Amino acid sequence: MRPVYAISGGVSKFAKSRPDKTFAAIVKEAYDYAINDIGLDFPTFTRLVDGSVASYFSDHFSRQLMAAIMAQDYLGLIPKPSHRVEGGGATGGLCFQEAWKSIASGHMDICVAYGFETMSHVETWKGNEFIALASDISFDYPVGGFYSGYYAMMVTRHMKEFGTTVEQMAHVSVKNHINAFHNPYSQKRNRYTIEDVRNSPMVAWPLTRLDICVMSDGAAATLLVSEEGLKKLEDAGAQIARPLVKVTGIGRGTDAMRMSDRPHVDYDNFIENYATQQEKDSADTMAYYKKLWEHGTRYPGVHSFRAGRTAGNMAYKHAGVSDPLRELDFVELHDAYTSSEIQTYEDLGLCRYGEGGPFAASGKAFMPGVDYGLDLVDAPACPVNPSGGLIACGHPVGATGLMQAVFAIWQLQGSVSQHFGDATLQLDAPQRGAIHSHAGTGTYVTVSILERE
Amino acid sequence: MSTTPNKREETLGGYIVHNIPFPVETNPEALAWLKKMTPIQIEQPYQITYLHSYAQDSPWFAGLTNKKLLANQDDQTGYTYATPRGHDMYTGAETKWIDITERDAKVHAFTVCHFGSEEFLPETPFVLALVEFEGVNTLLLTRILGIDPMQASLDWIGMSVQPQFLRNSKLKPTDVYFTPVA
Repeated sequence: MRPVYAISGGVSKFAKSRPDKTFAAIVKEAYDYAINDIGLDFPTFTRLVDGSVASYFSDHFSRQLMAAIMAQDYLGLIPKPSHRVEGGGATGGLCFQEAWKSIASGHMDICVAYGFETMSHVETWKGNEFIALASDISFDYPVGGFYSGYYAMMVTRHMKEFGTTVEQMAHVSVKNHINAFHNPYSQKRNRYTIEDVRNSPMVAWPLTRLDICVMSDGAAATLLVSEEGLKKLEDAGAQIARPLVKVTGIGRGTDAMRMSDRPHVDYDNFIENYATQQEKDSADTMAYYKKLWEHGTRYPGVHSFRAGRTAGNMAYKHAGVSDPLRELDFVELHDAYTSSEIQTYEDLGLCRYGEGGPFAASGKAFMPGVDYGLDLVDAPACPVNPSGGLIACGHPVGATGLMQAVFAIWQLQGSVSQHFGDATLQLDAPQRGAIHSHAGTGTYVTVSILERE
Repeated sequence: MSTTPNKREETLGGYIVHNIPFPVETNPEALAWLKKMTPIQIEQPYQITYLHSYAQDSPWFAGLTNKKLLANQDDQTGYTYATPRGHDMYTGAETKWIDITERDAKVHAFTVCHFGSEEFLPETPFVLALVEFEGVNTLLLTRILGIDPMQASLDWIGMSVQPQFLRNSKLKPTDVYFTPVA
């Protein structure tokens, strides 16, 4: 496999509704931004780009089949090769990795990954119905299909199993909303308190409206290149930011569509097949897990995402990461729910299974230099969702995983200030970050590692 | 040989609009002004009825109409699925049907939905739960009745429950629901 560089990106302003433009024109906003950012004009880039991968989740939202080819057409990319990927909420992450494969395999030198969703064309509760159709329509959807309900069931189990609290979950909401306060691309730029989160309307007990991401209209695009592609662009006059950002690892995992079908494996099975190398190497952690299992914990059950752990382990191995909390400078992860951010801390090995709640409230996942109005006992160790994540930025599904990639590129380039007009969210010379994209109730999960060269 | 009318018939219904503000003269300046126009939005109804087959899972629904709760089991390993599954995910073999109607059942996880997908909004608040069964490896998504949804408590996890069956079956998984064991 060849080295792959993520050289540029663009994000449309995520909004509740964008009736002013078609989905294809919204994609063009993000695409044009990514091209402009490397200083090329549209015809020159069009001449050089080899092809694309397109990402959107649901045909239902726009009532337009084959929408991706309309975007490809509008971007002026025809007749170059392209294909659409779809994998629920992980669609954007899958798209990024498919573009990576196009470059790494030698099939292309310059590939654009673009994604979009326009969710405002239906009422919110009809939109929830569409999303719930991404659950088994024989056995899950008819019982009360509602994704917030599914995630709420996961977290009641997590709370019962590990003692996780709603206040710990609210810390995630406060953190991500306040981060997004400094991100002009985000849909929601509000400062909330723990009390605000808990006092907002109950959606699915114990998740309130501020524990849950919102639907959005939006698009994002990233440009991935090989060393040869880099040379072609620079020979044509592109000004590509240094240090370069390299994609050093990708990983994916899957799990059963129906949460009810997830296994409940014993300790030995967990250690052999799912524990991180770091966990296996720690006698203390092995003893900790042994104790959990003696108290009845089984894995993954409905409290953990086996697909996320699988994707993380695979990406870490690929990138040579052995201690994620210390070796990752930030993570942009799929926080569709505050509870799923906590679950994902554990899946990604930022803390041990069962310790996601205390980790959320500790301060380790917060940004340095930002006032959250909270008493945090620990200093930031690995900021999670410095952009504000899905909860605050919004979740236009097909764009979301690519939005994470764009924010990660800017973070590693050190160009957040330039793109946001505000330096608050720029970490001090980050070397390595992870992006995590997640579908369904944990059915497809992707993890990609990006590093500053 | 017949020709179509040379004038299209005007019909009632849908949107009928006349003279949306528009430049009188279509000169370059006036046409440039159109870039400032607010978008026109219309309704596009979409409704369809699917013929859905429960296929190999059909006996489970037939069981509910007879007040029987079935499960699937791998013959070789005994691995048992509370939610029907025609083939075992570990051996790949076809599963058999077993009756779990009388098995001890407990709430494994739950929520109270105060909002929901459009189809279920009129039913809110309702209690959605995953139920575990004695000797069964996987769970069943169901509704719990007979408890106060406004008094949600983690203590509900582990609560013993029993299946109840609709008298007038709708051939849906909601033909079975659970209530606390008295």
